Amino acid sequence: MVIPPARGPLTASLFAALVDGTPLAHTDLLTRLDGDGVLSDDDLQLALWVCYALHYESVDGVPDDREWDLDVLAFRQALEERFLAALHDLAAEVVDDWAHREGDVGDRLFALTDSVEGPSLSRHLHRHGDVVQLRELLAHRSAYNLRESDPQALALPRLDGPAKVALAELLFDEFGAGRPERLHSTLFAEAMVAAGLDPRYGGLLDRLPGTTLAITNAMNLFHLRRSLLPASLGHFGAFEATSSEPSRRLAAAARRLDLPPAVAAYFDEHVEADAVHEQLMFRAVCAPVAASGPDAETGVFFGAAACLLLEARAGQALLDAWTSGESSLLPAADDEQLAS
Amino acid sequence: MTARVSATPCPGGPLLLRGVEEVETADGTVHSVDRPVVALCRCERSQRLPWCDGTHRALARGARRTAGDVAPA
Ligand SMILES: [Fe+2]
Ligand SMILES: [Fe+2]
Repeated sequence: MVIPPARGPLTASLFAALVDGTPLAHTDLLTRLDGDGVLSDDDLQLALWVCYALHYESVDGVPDDREWDLDVLAFRQALEERFLAALHDLAAEVVDDWAHREGDVGDRLFALTDSVEGPSLSRHLHRHGDVVQLRELLAHRSAYNLRESDPQALALPRLDGPAKVALAELLFDEFGAGRPERLHSTLFAEAMVAAGLDPRYGGLLDRLPGTTLAITNAMNLFHLRRSLLPASLGHFGAFEATSSEPSRRLAAAARRLDLPPAVAAYFDEHVEADAVHEQLMFRAVCAPVAASGPDAETGVFFGAAACLLLEARAGQALLDAWTSGESSLLPAADDEQLAS
Repeated sequence: MTARVSATPCPGGPLLLRGVEEVETADGTVHSVDRPVVALCRCERSQRLPWCDGTHRALARGARRTAGDVAPA
């Protein structure tokens, strides 16, 4: 992938360090960042996103060994500490409402998911959205879906027994169930091409705001740290459990707007697939992990709450922009439209 | 080799079927299966019968709202 333009002191320092090995002086850079703002900070979230991308593929102009450069890792960890603290603040109330209560863990995770009232982008797009807005939604989702389920595969070696088998079964489905042409990341790339968008990983990064990047960053933060395994699973469960119904509406929106069939096909696949995946994640993966101890249960509920609340914030930003007749994407550097 | 089929009911939700190649519904239609696990709708309100599409949760949400019961269990 290609490094996007820097958008502040954090990305400027990080990108210089990645390309030229310029020493990273992160301590003074981070003083301005605290609290809630971290969750939507365009500069910090882009810096984190690029730090995580190093683990997945080559970045143009960056030596591959920078993936394990100690300065880069220390920088990432400093950003993560602030991000994680903000996520704990964000999720505390919801975790408190649902963790360590009477009743089955799976039931409580579904109830928690249904209790978080986010703005419904799919309802808006289903009834009123136009082609530009649906394309913008695909652009936002590309921050994750071009590598759909890749972060979650990192949880597999950390599990054992029935939970491992259930996650493997789910991932097999995400990774095409034996048919390369059915890889969900490939289906998503085809939907992007059909909608006239650049399907390269990170290709639209310069247009994506911090609120959007925070969703993928939370996944990678949780999935890369073994200590956050329960949170990573709760996050994945909540993600899957908010997909089936919205996908049904988004498939209908794509048809109403006459987009090429590949767009609806991507969402169609997720109606049936995620009706299965949400059950597997909450009941066959999260529940046994939560049963392993009180901290694990708290972690599972924290991950689920963080996922839903970040999605709600990102979704609200899109709806607010659309309601005021604006683009939900950051302005293009060269004033170009979102491909064509 | 005999294929093993298993059925796992999800409380308040679908029936998960593993190891099936097709599902025949009452009207004689045969639905082929191309994923390792499928969720069979049990609320009968899915828009993609015989498959679950998550509608049971929308129904339960509606019922909870009517009952005024929004507090966590
Ligand atoms: Fe998927
Ligand atoms: Fe899925």
